[in-house]
Amino acid sequence: MTALTTHAPVLLIAVPLLGAFAAPLVGKLGRGVRNTLIGLIVLFVALLAALLAVDVFGAGGAPTVYELGGGTFTFPLSGGQIPVRILFEVDGMSAFMGLITALIVLTGAVFSFSYWKERSGGNLYFSLFLLLTAGIFGMQLTGDMFNFFVFLEITSIAAAGLVGFRVWLKQSQEAGFKVMAMYTLSGLFVLLAVGLLYGQHGHLNIATLASSITGGLVDMIALGLLLTGLAMKAGAVPMHMWAPDAYGEAPAPTSAVLVANSQASLYGLFRILFTLFGASVSPSALGWIVIVLALLTIFVGVTMALIQHDLKRLVAYGAVSQIGYMMLGVGVGLAVSATKPGYGLVAMQGGIFHMLNDAACVGLLFFASGAVIRASGTRDLNRMGGLGHRMMWTSIFFAIGAVALAGVPPFNGFASKYLIYEASFKLSPFLAVIAVLSSILLLAVFVKAFQAAFLGPKTDATAHVSDPSVGMMVPMAALVLVILVFGLFPGFFVDHIVTPAAKALWLGRDAYIGAVLGGI
Amino acid sequence: MNIGNLPFVVAALLVVFGLYTLLFKRNLIKLVIGITLIETGVNLFLVTLGYRTGGISPIYTYAPEAQQMVLPTPQALTLTSIVIGLATTALLLSFAVFVHRHYGTLDVRKVKELKG
Amino acid sequence: MKDQGMSVIVRTITRFVYGLIIVFGFYVIMHGHLTPGGGFQGGAVVASAFALLLVAFGSAGLKGRINLHWLQSLEEVGALAFLALGFLGIGTAFFYNLFAGSGGFLFGASVPNPGHPNPGIFTAGGTVPLMNWAVGLKVMTGIAAVVIIMLVGSRKEEAE
Repeated sequence: MTALTTHAPVLLIAVPLLGAFAAPLVGKLGRGVRNTLIGLIVLFVALLAALLAVDVFGAGGAPTVYELGGGTFTFPLSGGQIPVRILFEVDGMSAFMGLITALIVLTGAVFSFSYWKERSGGNLYFSLFLLLTAGIFGMQLTGDMFNFFVFLEITSIAAAGLVGFRVWLKQSQEAGFKVMAMYTLSGLFVLLAVGLLYGQHGHLNIATLASSITGGLVDMIALGLLLTGLAMKAGAVPMHMWAPDAYGEAPAPTSAVLVANSQASLYGLFRILFTLFGASVSPSALGWIVIVLALLTIFVGVTMALIQHDLKRLVAYGAVSQIGYMMLGVGVGLAVSATKPGYGLVAMQGGIFHMLNDAACVGLLFFASGAVIRASGTRDLNRMGGLGHRMMWTSIFFAIGAVALAGVPPFNGFASKYLIYEASFKLSPFLAVIAVLSSILLLAVFVKAFQAAFLGPKTDATAHVSDPSVGMMVPMAALVLVILVFGLFPGFFVDHIVTPAAKALWLGRDAYIGAVLGGI
Repeated sequence: MNIGNLPFVVAALLVVFGLYTLLFKRNLIKLVIGITLIETGVNLFLVTLGYRTGGISPIYTYAPEAQQMVLPTPQALTLTSIVIGLATTALLLSFAVFVHRHYGTLDVRKVKELKG
Repeated sequence: MKDQGMSVIVRTITRFVYGLIIVFGFYVIMHGHLTPGGGFQGGAVVASAFALLLVAFGSAGLKGRINLHWLQSLEEVGALAFLALGFLGIGTAFFYNLFAGSGGFLFGASVPNPGHPNPGIFTAGGTVPLMNWAVGLKVMTGIAAVVIIMLVGSRKEEAE
């Protein structure tokens, strides 16, 4: 077991890659063999993520370092050595993001098994799915800037391939082109910034760069480019134009994994803001930039969702606005990290906890929308109606997901959003007012959607629908369980899972550098 | 001959031309060419970072003695970036082919089914 | 749009030249650990020979000779071989170079200055040349498959 834990950072990336490359070959042997193989891989990945989290949280949040390709160095390095190879550095925040990704990938894969039951082409779909998984884990676990860029591009290509997967639908091709163009542009900005940092300082390792960044002109240009590129990939307004198309046109199981993809680039942004530039740039200026972007995202996301009549696009705009809540929480924490008052930690806890809650709620909403669209044959809310009579469980799950996302107690959305409201009110009351108003608007949006899709009299067109098969209900039920458990016992989870992650990001910069370079 | 900062200027010009093409052209294929221009500019910038005046190419086999070499790491970064650019361009062009098959046109202003 | 390829001159020269290009591509792949080149570069050269064949003879000339499923299966074999070579040294770390300096027959010759670069000995290098071959196989079959699908797919659409 300790051997698995030691190699866990790289196995989390290598095993999905193995599955991605083997899926087409194994798929020729039959659908059951392929599904078994992919199920085993996804379960193994979830186990590894749990082991890694237990290991990192249990060690008091000290980061673990893994060197790719040899046992030549022992970490932390002694006197004057610089790290030469690519390093994976896993601290509390990385392990937390790994847990979120493992949950979404596990439920998404199980949902995909029954989603692709009667269609061909599932081999390549699972290949792209596992490639996207490997890329997301790579973005979260790496400790090297150029390696981060490579995994960012892997996720861009796999995600765009999944968005445009159903080539017989014309909207998905248009969406795929737009998504690929925006992702490539953001990747090129990140590469330009990495090149600037390398030219200025001479190394690519995040911990070594963090100890040598000074805040000069080149560093500021690199920071601007990184902020633009990563915010573009996360879907922050005003660069969010690809997000509704991507989440809306991808097949239902992959929309949740695309949200995990955006969260991973948001993690990269936080890593750069806190660890790389934490000591050399005035944090209040950076924090307020993030807060302004967050407010724009929250407001525009919710108001655009009001006018949609396509079910998946509505949920997609909801997902875009929730990214704003995560940025608001962490932005407040960044803005006050010079003086570090108590409510800064509360803000960080709220923002980071909301990542997990949002992944679970939005995942559940996308799965339920996928089941509804598959059953009723249409995506237009004006033409659906009365599905609640026949699809009782799906309507209950949709209602739970929507209410949890809008922040109503006793579900988990309320726990994280309450932390965000409380902390942002202490910084400036205007922020909390906008956040609360947007939550109320989001609840109104989902009430409208629920009424249009599920309530009302039974129509003739929907006389033959029924609840989807067990394979689709089990992942949805699992996510509902997560929502309920995290909502009823938030204190336990905040203390044991979220606070180590928040502390590792907010206070743990010296520990991050010290794990590689050894006491500066 | 001292070339000074000329390669950096050329790389910046390429990126600016690529951004202009991406923002102001309407044909889908021209947008792909614009993205390729930006990639080329960034690759040129990366390779120029490693140049040291009077250095030879960083190959150890039969290298002359006591001679400074240019940095090899940016060349590895550029190679990776070129490979990624190949995959990206192939995917973009496939989407352009499918868009043409469905919509019958390559004009960006007419391919607007997803609005709002 | 004719798909018979190009004129007689081009076809004659192509029949003569494409073998040389393929051999040069294999040379670039095999000597990747000593001279500039390696898996991707050599694979792209071999795929360009293939693209030359496709342009010169047209899709009609190559109709019965290239099997797309074989190309895709070979591509996956190349990718799996690369990952398997990475997993070989998992006792120490992923991508650990297990064969270098071990004296075995599979690229394990020892280098005069251990820990320093290879001054030109072909059979030294460990898993690096093997990974070059795996990547070269994947790239040459992958790019060839992409070129075929794009060319043949668009022709089929015009025929409708």
